[in-house]
Amino acid sequence: MSLEARGLTFGYRRRGKAVLTQVSLALRPGERLGLTAPSGRGKTTLCRLLSGYERPDAGEVLVDGKPLAACRGPCPVQMIWQHPELAVDPLRTLGAALAEGWAVEDRVLEGLHIEPGWGKRYPSELSGGELQRFCVARALGPETRYLLCDELSAMLDLITQAQIWQFLLAEAERRSLGLLIVSHSPTLLERLCTRVVCLEELAGGGAQPLL
Amino acid sequence: MRPILEVENLSISFLQYDRGARRRVLPAIRRLDLTLEAGQVAAVVGSSGSGKSLLAHGILGILPYNARMEGTLRYRGEPLTPQRAAALRGREIVLVPQSVGYLDPLMKVGPQVARDREKGRGVLGRYGLGPETGDLYPFELSGGMARRVLISTAVAASPALVVADEPTPGLDARAAGRILGHFRELAQGGAAVLLITHDLELALTIAHKVAVFYAGETVEEAPAADFARREDLRHPYTRALWDALPQHGFTPIPGTQPYPGAIPAGCPFAPRCPKRQADCGGAIPYQTVAGGRVRCLHPERGEGS
Repeated sequence: MSLEARGLTFGYRRRGKAVLTQVSLALRPGERLGLTAPSGRGKTTLCRLLSGYERPDAGEVLVDGKPLAACRGPCPVQMIWQHPELAVDPLRTLGAALAEGWAVEDRVLEGLHIEPGWGKRYPSELSGGELQRFCVARALGPETRYLLCDELSAMLDLITQAQIWQFLLAEAERRSLGLLIVSHSPTLLERLCTRVVCLEELAGGGAQPLL
Repeated sequence: MRPILEVENLSISFLQYDRGARRRVLPAIRRLDLTLEAGQVAAVVGSSGSGKSLLAHGILGILPYNARMEGTLRYRGEPLTPQRAAALRGREIVLVPQSVGYLDPLMKVGPQVARDREKGRGVLGRYGLGPETGDLYPFELSGGMARRVLISTAVAASPALVVADEPTPGLDARAAGRILGHFRELAQGGAAVLLITHDLELALTIAHKVAVFYAGETVEEAPAADFARREDLRHPYTRALWDALPQHGFTPIPGTQPYPGAIPAGCPFAPRCPKRQADCGGAIPYQTVAGGRVRCLHPERGEGS
């Protein structure tokens, strides 16, 4: 039982330099794994591969022993993006954005301090912190087993950051979710994670800076 | 010493069309206060929607046409009128904008930093960018390089007041530390630096004083040293920020900041405040407490404590 990356190699250009070379990682349910690396080394790219937004040039992603590509229905690996304003459809209300995923429980809305009136608004009418609450709620469908949090709270104020994480930690504990937490903040990683790794440590061939 | 910048009871509101030809005034900033001296780094900390960026645009005189600014804004003791701001900006008062979106995408970086080629190279060199950087277009810059280019464009004119709007998001701790170090150097060179950020932790690494904004008001101005101990902070919101830091309790208070137009009378923080009392709905004075200022009827840190 784990989300496993085996020897992932990936580059955005066919003949260009690879962003990730031979990266391997295992994330167990209930674990909170911190991932850190300087800017431009491929942290987000790794998350995109793990959640199936990109396919690796070499290597494979396994969910509980099964290839990610073979999973049917809602993807058990969900990603929460750094810039929530780019992760929601600007032309649909947030209520509509939320409804297309799963029937979000009131408990989740309350836990994330989402106010009832916000569902009728469009993304341009809410702040980044408020949008991110919707993105978290949307990713927590019943099929979700692993959650990739890519700089989830980097642009949020301290109180919003603490609110979202307190809820997410309790939820992960309750459902035994595996969390991959990408962040630049050592104090945040220390507070949240059971284990912290640097991206370079995961790469067999040594990670190359993305140019 | 005369402060470089004084902001007193500043308000900025927007004139909007509501429905049809009905107009309404939306107050975005209601009571901002701040003083800034030469050689000082003042951090303005607040969540998004608290009015931080609007203050920057107000100082530069680049607010949109439907905005109305009231209150006092003084630069070197003289009122900073829009005309005066237009004459000073880009020379004595400069903005380090939030993103490369503020650069001309069709123009190479070098000529955007300084018209004079040699001067431009010199300024880029100060920030560890080689002469080849001047020949790049904005889209070719990495996140950290872009920040340094934006600082270069601002300091090429040797300004007296630098306004930096969120200069660090997206950078790793080491890169962010380097960028903030550049601002400290500017202050050591005699400039006044206004650092606008949501990241209290990073701001405290270089700021001399911190102004905390909430819902368009300055709730507290405090020396940065006061953030070392919870007991030294004055406003309940500032203490809530302190409690939410990962290295402290990481405990949030419930609720969210109210929207412009839906802000309650009296103290905007009252609905979330653990120390709320009946009189918090009335007028709230901005008072001096123990070397800082606080907008609260019942400050946590009393006189003489």
